[in-house]
Amino acid sequence: MTQLALVIDLNVCVGCHACVTSCKEWNTSGPAGFMTDENPYGKDPTGTFFNRVQTYEIGEFPKTETLHFPKSCLHCEDAPCVPVCPTGASYKREQDGIVLVDYDKCVGCRYCTWACPYGAREIDEDQKVMKKCTLCVDRIYDESLPEAERKPACVLACPTSARLFGDVHDPESDVSVTIREEGGYQLMPEWGTHPSNHYLPRRKTRMHIHEDELQRADNPLNKEQRGPSGPVEGTTLDDSTSW
Amino acid sequence: MTVLHDPIQPPAGRIETKNTTCYMCACRCGIRVTLRDNEVRYIQGNPDHPLNQGVICAKGASGIMKQYSPARLTKPLKRVEGAERGAAQFEEISWDEAFQIMEDRLSHLRETDPKKFALFTGRDQMQALTGLFAKQFGTPNYAAHGGFCSVNMAAGMIYTIGGSFWEFGGPDLERSKLFIMIGTAEDHHSNPMKIALSKFKRDGGRFISINPVRTGYSAIADEWVPIKPGTDGALILALIHELIKTGLYDRDFLVQYSNSAELISTDEASDDFGLFVRTDIPQDTECFEAQDRVWWDRTSDKPMHAREESVDPYLLGEFTMPDGRQVKPAFQLLKDRVEEYTPEWAAEVTGIPAETIKTLAHEMGITARDELIELPIAWTDAWGKDHETITGNPVSFHAMRGLAAHSNGFQSIRALSILMSLLGTIDRPGGFRHKAPFPRPIPPCAKTPKGPEGVQPNTPLDGMPLGWPAEPNDLFVDDKGEPVRIDKAFSWEHPLSAHGLMHNAITNAVNKDPYDIDTLLIFMANMAWNSSMNTDEVRKMLNDKNEDGSFKIPFLIVADAFQSEMSAYADLLLPDTTYLERHDVMSMLDRPISEFDGPVDSVRIPVVPPTGECKPFQEVLIEMGSRLKLPAFTNEDGTRKFRDYPDFVVNYETAPGSGIGFLSGWRGKGGEKFMKGEPNPNQWEMYEKNNCVYHHHLPKSFQYMRNWNRGYLKWSQEHGLQRYAEPINIHIYSEVLMKFRLAAQGKLEGKQPPERLRKRVDENFDPLPFYAEPLEVQLTDKQKYPLAALTQRPMAMYHSWDSQNAWLRQIHAHNYMYIHPSTAQAQDIEDGGWMWAESMHGKVRCMARYSEAVEPGTIWTWNAIGKASGAWNLDGNANEAKKGFLLNHLIAEELPKNECGEHISNSDPVTGQAGWYDVRVRVYKAKDDEPKETYPQFDEMPAVPGTGERRKKQGFFAGMFTKGAK
Repeated sequence: MTQLALVIDLNVCVGCHACVTSCKEWNTSGPAGFMTDENPYGKDPTGTFFNRVQTYEIGEFPKTETLHFPKSCLHCEDAPCVPVCPTGASYKREQDGIVLVDYDKCVGCRYCTWACPYGAREIDEDQKVMKKCTLCVDRIYDESLPEAERKPACVLACPTSARLFGDVHDPESDVSVTIREEGGYQLMPEWGTHPSNHYLPRRKTRMHIHEDELQRADNPLNKEQRGPSGPVEGTTLDDSTSW
Repeated sequence: MTVLHDPIQPPAGRIETKNTTCYMCACRCGIRVTLRDNEVRYIQGNPDHPLNQGVICAKGASGIMKQYSPARLTKPLKRVEGAERGAAQFEEISWDEAFQIMEDRLSHLRETDPKKFALFTGRDQMQALTGLFAKQFGTPNYAAHGGFCSVNMAAGMIYTIGGSFWEFGGPDLERSKLFIMIGTAEDHHSNPMKIALSKFKRDGGRFISINPVRTGYSAIADEWVPIKPGTDGALILALIHELIKTGLYDRDFLVQYSNSAELISTDEASDDFGLFVRTDIPQDTECFEAQDRVWWDRTSDKPMHAREESVDPYLLGEFTMPDGRQVKPAFQLLKDRVEEYTPEWAAEVTGIPAETIKTLAHEMGITARDELIELPIAWTDAWGKDHETITGNPVSFHAMRGLAAHSNGFQSIRALSILMSLLGTIDRPGGFRHKAPFPRPIPPCAKTPKGPEGVQPNTPLDGMPLGWPAEPNDLFVDDKGEPVRIDKAFSWEHPLSAHGLMHNAITNAVNKDPYDIDTLLIFMANMAWNSSMNTDEVRKMLNDKNEDGSFKIPFLIVADAFQSEMSAYADLLLPDTTYLERHDVMSMLDRPISEFDGPVDSVRIPVVPPTGECKPFQEVLIEMGSRLKLPAFTNEDGTRKFRDYPDFVVNYETAPGSGIGFLSGWRGKGGEKFMKGEPNPNQWEMYEKNNCVYHHHLPKSFQYMRNWNRGYLKWSQEHGLQRYAEPINIHIYSEVLMKFRLAAQGKLEGKQPPERLRKRVDENFDPLPFYAEPLEVQLTDKQKYPLAALTQRPMAMYHSWDSQNAWLRQIHAHNYMYIHPSTAQAQDIEDGGWMWAESMHGKVRCMARYSEAVEPGTIWTWNAIGKASGAWNLDGNANEAKKGFLLNHLIAEELPKNECGEHISNSDPVTGQAGWYDVRVRVYKAKDDEPKETYPQFDEMPAVPGTGERRKKQGFFAGMFTKGAK
């Protein structure tokens, strides 16, 4: 069974928010739209986004790491938002594992918000329905798009290609290979939700300098010794030997 | 609009897609715009565009909210008679009336005294046109934003290696192994840097970031090296010290391709003291830098003509010429210079441990020497020697405003260029690589007029408004050595101010220093806010009056697409189009988007019609050029030459029959030529069919070593990129700078600095890089103001451009002052609490945010998030105004009075680069009874006629939005 998901590489994410706004621009005018903005030109603007980037600092100066952490619905295999929904609006698609909300059935009761341990759901304050990442289900099967573009908008946008998309159940898929080989992990596995989205950890490249690399035969300073150019002043053996 | 049951069914509507070029920042990515029922539905990166290869950033993906922002200006406006400037009291007028007002005023100025008209522009990407207009008008008073942005980076590198970062060149991360980023704003460069950095990291490259702050790119660095602001020069000089001491430099590269081995007279008594020893071979007058230098040959132990095949020179030593002159190779002088700049010394200055500095130097040197790249590409050098391979040392750098925006930046950047050269990384694989039309001669050939006689009524300027002085006699000064330009560029105050000093234009004009002007035209530059230092005072100056009640700047024209802070001060306010509504060119005559492998230029083609009465500013210039009968815009019989801007782009040639125009692609009658060729009437269509971009791929053998690549140099000469095909040798030692120093010392005939500036020029025009504290810091009581304060630029906002953008302002609606907890707690400042930051010039109240990712002697905030109340058509109580703030209030545009004078710009004394990051501050807790809002506050700017409704709620849905849906 297919389980589509995102794999997000924290090793290259620079926190640029391209995924945040490209998601919004695609989805606000699509089947999942519109995505309301409250006070768009006033005090405390706020709006519906399916995807947000949080930034954390780890450690103390000067050993500080700054981590950018994009977060959206993780499309859990055992999605806790689905069984709590009283109207059946929240559902997981059998064919690809995408968790969706049927707005026609949603009554905006927010049970799913409370059930989701990841804070991935957002109520649309205007339409009073629950909204969330659809993995751009309206793009990925759209045959009018070039095949290379049948991907979520955030994946297409990401300038560092930190967002990979594919079937995590297919062991040969790029995402499965990457998870396996690059240490991909799930968020809060202890909750038993089996999130489909995975994250790749930071990886450091270090350089070790060996002493012999600094004591070099090819040291160009050796070329700067000026050779003796003429007779030297003072006494030498020339003046005192007789063989 | 009802919600949709089927999650896949696309909404109904007529879909179209069109290609153009983004302009949400200066990066200029290719975009594909999808429209539904004529409204913008989706903006994506164009996968077939060389720059961004299909990706897009947060700003680019939010273009829809720029297009439909209620802050759009849509009608020409005139200030209401009697209203104060800044009050934003306007009445609508017609374009005809607007043009007539400008024609009457400007034609009079052109007939009488053209320098009374000043044109300054922001990050406009059309300097080819604005510069041409100014030159044709005959005013010297023209510049774009470069002087207050990064001219130190441009000039410091161009005066050393003949190229620079960003548009002009960059790190070859494809083949690099070690990448060092120093002081880089996160939008310089944007998507191409992100693409390359990610690939580089995935390929196992090592990335080191040197920056007082760890955000953005620095966040993914393998190592972060925090540094005290303004001390980059000290670090780089210590790295040079260590590289020379350990012999980790590329000797062969330096010998052949730089002036390292060339002998300089060190004999103070000689006529040529400080200048290169020259052979008696007659100077080639057709060459910008004659090949007449001398090396000291190791084999014969004699001075010999440089770069002869048989000569093997010393880089170090002191020699006596046959005529008795003492001489040293440039490299010896460099070594002498950096002797005192030990890592231990630099540790004190920079806050970076000496061991870290040594390790950095060793990593750079060892990677450069032991990871040699050799590509099987044959090429011939400028001296005719054939090479079977291209080699390279895979160490690369990127730097920007963090180095540049200090008054010691020029010399720091000279030092960086020399460090890159020592590692042998100039235009070689894995190192720094040029982008066409670079490299240029050192310095480039363009020159300004040399005196007031170059400015005459009814006559184009006798030279370029901006240029690259090669010696004191190139300065644009009067017979007393005083400036001809209103911003004092190319005068002895800032001799190499290649991008002008826009940040002083308003202050100087109001002080009538050096003279008063009549009309100031500002295009898309927010001089009443984030683009001015000393913002509060500059706002007052814009409204300042003489005793008779007349304005000190009599007439102020502002052209902008949005209701910016600056727009409030206009006498005449012209509504510009957005980037989705107009034709534009990213021209080879300006700053094209070239790649390492060859020249690239591109265009914008409208995807939607102009909103309201918006008119592209280019069309305004074409119209005004025609009305004023400027020669380039007029036929011989005085009639209008160009129908409109697209017509101008196709048909304008830099000289009659030159074949060089604004676009380099598809030239020639049928589009069969490139770079040079007669106008092609179908050029726009050909760009449109080709993703709006022309990309010429150079043969592999022309892609490297271009300073000295005979094939490339000849190719660029044949195709009109440059006049010369001579080698462009690296200036380790800058004789250009030395000539200015000698003039200041009274030892060089020709133009002389005014007495008050002699010492300043003497000290700062050092032919070798040196470290000194920035000027402002030298003049600050550091006991009282111990902390550095600076700004960073967020990736999701470009300058002040995006607060009117409903999506982007949800990412950055207000800004905090980031401060290390230890620094904050020493003043009882709480995390999230209100605090003051105060410099000797001004103070701001703002909210503190603790951060471990900042050097404790530095505080910082995001640039230009704070806005004046009501500006950008936001509610008066918007977060931008009440919780956001601008650091500019702490920064002066002039230095405190000092020995050089009372009105000396707070800028680099060599280039006039604004010293944004030199300010020093103290911080303290705000009292509990103070208002919980930022300081200073300004009167609310009203919405001006023609702007849109500030919706309380919106749900954008393309195809229904402007028809009244939510």
